[in-house]
Amino acid sequence: MGRYILRRAAALIPILFGVSAAAFLLIHLLPGDPATVYLGEHATAESIARVQHEFGLDRPLPVQYGIYLWHAVRGDFGESLDSHRPVIAEFLPRFPATVELTLGAITVALVVGIPVGVLSAARPNSVLDRLGMGLALTGVSLPVFWLGLMLVYVFSVYLHVLPTAGQLGVNTSLTPLTRIVALDGLLTGNLAAAGDALRHLVLPSITLSSYSLAIIARMTRAAMLDALHQDYVRTAYAKGLAGRAVVIGHGLRNALLPVVTVVGLQVGSLLTGAILTETIFSWPGVGRYMYDSILFRDYPVILAGILLFSVVFVLVNLVVDVLYAFLDPRIRYA
Amino acid sequence: MLSSTPESVTPSAVARPRARAAGRSTWRLAARRFWRNANARVGFALIVFFALVAVAAPRIAPEGYDQENLLGRLKPPSAAHWFGTDELGRDVFSRVIYGARISMTVGLVAVAGALGSGAVLGIAAGYTGGRLDGFVMRIMDVMLAFPSVILAIGIVALRGPGLNNTILAVSIVNIPVYARVARASTLAIKEHEYVVAARAVGARPWRVLLRAILPNAASPLVVQATLGVAGAILDAAALGFLGLGAQPPTPEWGAMLSDSYKYLLTAFWAALAPGAAIALMVLSFNLAGDGLHDALDPRLSSRA
Repeated sequence: MGRYILRRAAALIPILFGVSAAAFLLIHLLPGDPATVYLGEHATAESIARVQHEFGLDRPLPVQYGIYLWHAVRGDFGESLDSHRPVIAEFLPRFPATVELTLGAITVALVVGIPVGVLSAARPNSVLDRLGMGLALTGVSLPVFWLGLMLVYVFSVYLHVLPTAGQLGVNTSLTPLTRIVALDGLLTGNLAAAGDALRHLVLPSITLSSYSLAIIARMTRAAMLDALHQDYVRTAYAKGLAGRAVVIGHGLRNALLPVVTVVGLQVGSLLTGAILTETIFSWPGVGRYMYDSILFRDYPVILAGILLFSVVFVLVNLVVDVLYAFLDPRIRYA
Repeated sequence: MLSSTPESVTPSAVARPRARAAGRSTWRLAARRFWRNANARVGFALIVFFALVAVAAPRIAPEGYDQENLLGRLKPPSAAHWFGTDELGRDVFSRVIYGARISMTVGLVAVAGALGSGAVLGIAAGYTGGRLDGFVMRIMDVMLAFPSVILAIGIVALRGPGLNNTILAVSIVNIPVYARVARASTLAIKEHEYVVAARAVGARPWRVLLRAILPNAASPLVVQATLGVAGAILDAAALGFLGLGAQPPTPEWGAMLSDSYKYLLTAFWAALAPGAAIALMVLSFNLAGDGLHDALDPRLSSRA
């Protein structure tokens, strides 16, 4: 197992090099000079030359990449053009809020998506199956930002049952510990704050989960149908096991393997969705910060964000691969 | 008609029309299966509907998409304005209709670009193998390591916002998907006897690729492309919502949402219509794509 993990981790190194080089080349190879974009269309030649020199854009490309990489591995992504603070210092405090939202969304996606897939597969083409797959089809078709707006309108503006935005109500105070506020509330014994945090988490989590929920439901159904057509399922029925025991014990247990991989791949769409969801719900995470930086054209922040999101995505998929190998020993020896 | 000519007596000339007829009937059978699927029919009808709306937009829309009326701002839906008016008093119904043009174009052009480049790269890599294969596919791996919209945001943010850059960005980030599908099909197909036979009779590589491999690799690509249009429309709308896509006063649905969501409390209709339009158009391509998938791969559809 240890050797497998090492092998997988080593395979990441070229990918990470590639990702950083691609992020770097994004600035340099595409037509359109960052200095011109930064200064606007009507900048003079001198001011463009000055900005190019300031950012080191007049040096040879490999040198620029080397400098960039040397700084990046030490967590130095330059300064924000807006706040003039180091980019990394802007990102880190915002990370826990995004982790909280993402965990909320994954929970919703798994808790709803897997049962929908299982029920659909247990009775293919039944009314339940059609409803479940209809829900899944809707989930992959809805723009998350629109779903968020409509949920806010119905549940916050119209019904007044859930808060519209933010992580906590203005009247709730909480000692920050992990900065994952629902967890902080529980850890400090402040149950009122934990409850308030969870109420704030409901709509953003549902919004962010919609796409992944749909994918997980469809994947679970497909994997279940596959598993339920295996010989061991027929054997289980033949020896007189109850339907539910076969579906859960023999079907779901085997169907969950491919589902694990899909959950890992969903992290990519969750990170993207976080930018949109956090914007709508004024969620103080890295997604909203990315949105603000895009509006401000804060290039060092945008680039660092792209790189960080991609690294997180790649690392999560490494964890998923390892988990998969742990669940299915055949993988390790392949 | 070929049979009346003397050349048709040679085996190759006889074999060709027969192969073509078989190819045609494979697609005809698939079309029949597609048409028997109610979901696929709905999806196809919706796509036709949106296409007609897009083409006839100036004739259908009661007002121009940029016709402002500052006295009639944020008015609720009425007989004159079916979907209400927005923050500049523009008719939301007219803007949604014009928006169909933009989303349809963005989806189709972006996918055409991605499909074209991806298929060429994938087939070339799969057929040639060796170093070229390794090189191309490692680049594709790196591109896939980025969450796609994040990469698209990077491309557009650095190139400057706008519709053309949106199309370019969505197209680029989708290339690896088609390259992988095309490569996988090519690897499977190139060992088949008809490909070996084509090579053995001395067909040039490009002829083998175009006549023997591409037609047989087409069906997974067609399915992927149809579903890809749905994804491309969603991604482009997300970029529009982030202010990176079409710029005002272009009636792009995502951009319309980002303008109107600040007025959600007082005028939710301005946000309702464009979002519903995106969802419906994306749904139609997803329905058609699923239908194509089942129709072109009968083994799957017969089971579920």
